[in-house]
Formats: sequence, structure tokens, C-alpha cells
Amino acid sequence: MSFPWAEEYRPKHPFMRWLDDRLPLPRLVYGAVGGGYPVPRNLNYFWNFGVLAGVALALQIVTGIVLAMHYESNAETAFNSVEHIMRNVNQGWFLRYAHANGASFFFIVTYIHIFRGLYYGSYKAPREMVWMLGLVIFLLMMATAFMGYVLPWGQMSFWGAKVITGLFGAIPLVGEPIQQWLLGGFAPDQPTLTRFFSLHYLLPFVILGVVVLHIWALHIPGSGNPTGVDVKSAQDTLPFHPYYTAKDGFGLGVFLIAFAILLFFLPNYLGHADNYIPANPLSTPAHIVPEWYFWPFYAILRAFTVDFILPAKLWGVLAMFASILLLFFLPWLDKSPVRSGSYRPTFRIFFWILVADVLILGFCGGMPAEEPYVMISQAATMYYFAHFLIILPILSMVERTLPLPNSIAESVLHGEEEEAAPIGVKPATAAE
Amino acid sequence: MATVEHSEATAPTGGDGGIRRRDFINIAAVSVAGVGAAALLYPLINQMNPSADVLALASIDVDISSIQPGQAVKTIWRKQPIFIRHLTPQEIQAANTVNVGDLRDPQTLAERTVEGHIQWLITLGVCTHLGCVPLGAAEGENKGEYGGYFCPCHGSHYDTAGRIRKGPAPTNLEVPEYAFTTDTVVRIG
Repeated sequence: MSFPWAEEYRPKHPFMRWLDDRLPLPRLVYGAVGGGYPVPRNLNYFWNFGVLAGVALALQIVTGIVLAMHYESNAETAFNSVEHIMRNVNQGWFLRYAHANGASFFFIVTYIHIFRGLYYGSYKAPREMVWMLGLVIFLLMMATAFMGYVLPWGQMSFWGAKVITGLFGAIPLVGEPIQQWLLGGFAPDQPTLTRFFSLHYLLPFVILGVVVLHIWALHIPGSGNPTGVDVKSAQDTLPFHPYYTAKDGFGLGVFLIAFAILLFFLPNYLGHADNYIPANPLSTPAHIVPEWYFWPFYAILRAFTVDFILPAKLWGVLAMFASILLLFFLPWLDKSPVRSGSYRPTFRIFFWILVADVLILGFCGGMPAEEPYVMISQAATMYYFAHFLIILPILSMVERTLPLPNSIAESVLHGEEEEAAPIGVKPATAAE
Repeated sequence: MATVEHSEATAPTGGDGGIRRRDFINIAAVSVAGVGAAALLYPLINQMNPSADVLALASIDVDISSIQPGQAVKTIWRKQPIFIRHLTPQEIQAANTVNVGDLRDPQTLAERTVEGHIQWLITLGVCTHLGCVPLGAAEGENKGEYGGYFCPCHGSHYDTAGRIRKGPAPTNLEVPEYAFTTDTVVRIG
């Protein structure tokens, strides 16, 4: 961390000094998540979700390694090995439900983390690299989650694999060879299952590596904050430990309570009953949908129904990938110098419309591909792209933003004075 | 509330030795986290123990009516070999004439068999040295110097009661838990 007031690591215990001289690992930890990392003092609870995503990743890796001890990546036995985990393995039901619902929670906290970034302008200079590495993590998560969902080899697993690899089949000329290369055959079968298992085990560790880069890149400028104002002096910051370890600890407790409720009382709420039917290559489930966290993208995929120069199928695939790749350019699409949505009254309205738009897309993605859902998806897809390609660039030029506080410390103290004042009376400093 | 007032009174900022509310909250929160972590550790460790389907195979019934005196059969129990040996009167006598006090692992044949079924020697076919399967159950195999079993890996000799007599093995061949459900059927495990 570059702030000159960052505390240097000075271990008291002779052993820690000895260790730090030879392997500065304690120094790294101290500087990254300890007392040596100064953080803006005004972070709200939306800043918990990065840590929560990290915890979710750790949870997925731990439960996943344990499940791999019992799972068999064989098309004949995979389905039964999952049932074996549920019925025979000691606490296997707990581990599997924790892993399956852990994936959902990973996506919940990641989506909140992303929308936090969108609202507070976390993608803007000097944090563009943090944002883009985050998007890489998001893409890797989607690949990992998709392949993990194939492993139980139920009906949804099989047909999910078929449909998603079919997306690549839409690419002109090379599409079909690519699809066959991905599957290792003409339809999902043993080769598909084995490679998906191998990659599903590998990718989380790739994610972990990119997470390290994500945090590294974050710690160059330091964390953003709800005002979007740069840190100016030591007064603006607090050491990460104990202030934000405590705040994150509280958030983690709330997160775990919500997770436990789903895990113990509604473990199949987010799943599909069809996936408890063994894979059958001759019969497609009546209503095939991906896991909920893919619904918005699934809606974009299905929104294209008319051939226009290119086939509709290709448009859908292009739009779906573009909806994420577009976000890589966000730091240069939104050029407003004001980061935080709190000081951008017009942006704020459009931000909430975007949230609603994505929720609508998600809802339509979970519905059958019929009217009116297709039409709604089409309108919502159009708005999604318009938000980033038209509204944000124009807004960053014409919007009249609110005056920013001079410093983080001032914004915080200002708030306290206002709170301390009697109701209906404005404190003198605030009235200025 | 008295304690709170007390602690506030005795713990000024940066107080020395006084217990503050913050200390209590800190210890309580870390303790809860510790208990939670330990509770999470339990399933993560216990999942490696034998699963229900493995334990379900933990006992077997064996029909021993066709085993003639002097013969032995190998069967499998918990994925391990079991020797069921029908001792001849001479073998029983040989086992009983040994001075038990001289043995490395002192046990009589009667202690190693079930009352009324002294001619049935049922042991694990696992050498107590390092786990090899001893010879001597099948016809023509080396029964060792004492006419029982011989482990080819490191040369342990077992007598007709499956007791260690010579070689590196520390204890007699293990006798599993078993019972005769009828005169010709034995339930092992």
C-alpha cells in the first residue's frame, strides 16, 4: 500500500522477526489484510461482498475437494455416486448441499459485488485493472459452475452440456468442429464428463490465482469508498485490522446465517427436480433452463429470433458473450470524472433501471421461451446494451453532478454532526 | 448492569488490566467463530470414515458344513481374507500340549475358539507383522515349522492355533468376532 502513513510491519516476538527476515510472509499478510493496510474509514456494508466472495470460493474449494474423494467421473456410475454421497457417505448430504448451494451464494455475493462496483464507479481510473480482473474471475466462475452442474449426470446436466456446447456450434465454419472438440464426440458422453471433471477441479485454482491478482491490483491505489473521493490524508483511513476485519466478520456472520437457512431448510430450492433423473440422451426435459445465475444471459441468448444478415442463433450467442465482454470497456464508456453514484442524480436513476432490467432478464430467462417473455427479453436486452453504449457515454458528458465533499473525513464528520443535531435543526456547518 | 458500570469505571481509555465491553464482545465473537470452525471440521474429517454402504457389508454368514477336518477355506470379510480351518484331533492336541507361558502372545486354543466348537479355528488371514496373507490355508502350501500358517513375506511361523511361534510378527493371528448361528453356519462380524 502506497500511503506514507501505512504502518510498517515490526514484529515484537523474536521468532516472527526471525521468520520475517527469511520469508516475509507475515509482512505480506500484515500489509494485505492486517494493520498495515489503510482503508477509507467510510466503507458501508456493500464493501463486505469482496471478502464474502473470497469466503465462498474457499468454501467451494474445500467442499469440492472432499466431494471429489467420493464422486466417480464415469458416465455409468456418476449419477449413482452422487446418490452414494447423499445416502452413504458420512455427512455427505451436508457436503453436497453446501457445495451446490455454495455455488449459488458465490454468485449472489459476486453479483452484489459487481453492482456495488457499477454504482460507486469502482471501475474508473485508477482501478480499471481491478475491474477487468474481476470480470475474468466472473467468466471463470461461469465456466466452472457450468461444468460442475454437468457432473451429477442428471437430465439437466446432460442437456445443459448439450445446449451450452451448442452455443459454439453457432460460430460459422468452425462451429461444429469446435463443439465436437469440446465434447470429445457428437453428443455429451464419457469423454465430456471426464474432461469436465478435470477442468472443474482445475479452474477454481485458476480463479484463486486471478483473485490474488485482483487484490494485488486493488492494493496499488487502495480501496475505493462510497463518496468516490480520493484518500487525502491519514485522517481519511483506518487500518484494515481490526476495523474492517471486525466489520467483515459481522457481515460474514449474516452471510452464514442466510446460507445455513437455505442449506438446512431449502437445499433443493434453487435446483431442478429434473436433475434427479439420470441422463437420458433420447429425451429432453420439457422445460430446460440453466441454473438461476445464468438466467439473464440465457434470456439475452433467446431474445434473438429473426435472421438478420447473420443467423438468429449466431446473434444470440454473440449478444450473450458481448453482454459480458462489453463490461471490459466500461471504464472508457463512462468517462464521468465523478465516481460515486451518490453524487450523480441522473446516473443513479439509470443505475436502478439497469438493476431492474437485469432482474427482468433473469426472470424471463427462467421462464419458457414463449410470449410474452420473448418480447420482454428483447426489449430488456436492447435496454441493457443501450445503457452501456448510449446512455452512459451521453450521461458522462451532460450530467450535472452534485458537489463532492472535500475529503472522506469531512463527509463522515458532517454526517455525525447532522445526526447529533436535534430533529428539524440543521447544524451550522451543514447549513453552509 | 452493575458489571457494565463497574467495567466502565475501572477501564479508562487504554486502561491497564480492566475488562471492557469491547474485550467481552471480542472474546465472545472469536469463541463463536472457533466453535463454528470446529463444527465445520467435523463433517470434513468424518466423511473419510467408512461410509454406510461399507459398514453394511460388515458381517457375513459362512456355511462350513462341507469343510472336512484338516481342510481350511479362505473367505473375505471387510475386504480382508478370513481363514476358517477345521482342525484335526492331532492338530488340536498339538496346540494344547504347548506350554502357554512360553509363547510370545500367550493364549490357549480354547481362548481362541468358541466353546463347543474347538475344532473351528477362525482367524483373519492377515499376518500381524506387516499385513501379508500367510500361506497354509490351501492344500500343498507351506504350513511353517509348527504346522499352522507361514508368512512368506518376512518368515513368521504360526502354529495350529494360529499363534505366533517364530519370526517377526508380534501377536497371534487376530480372531474376529463371530458366532455359530447353527451348527454349520457361522456369522462373522
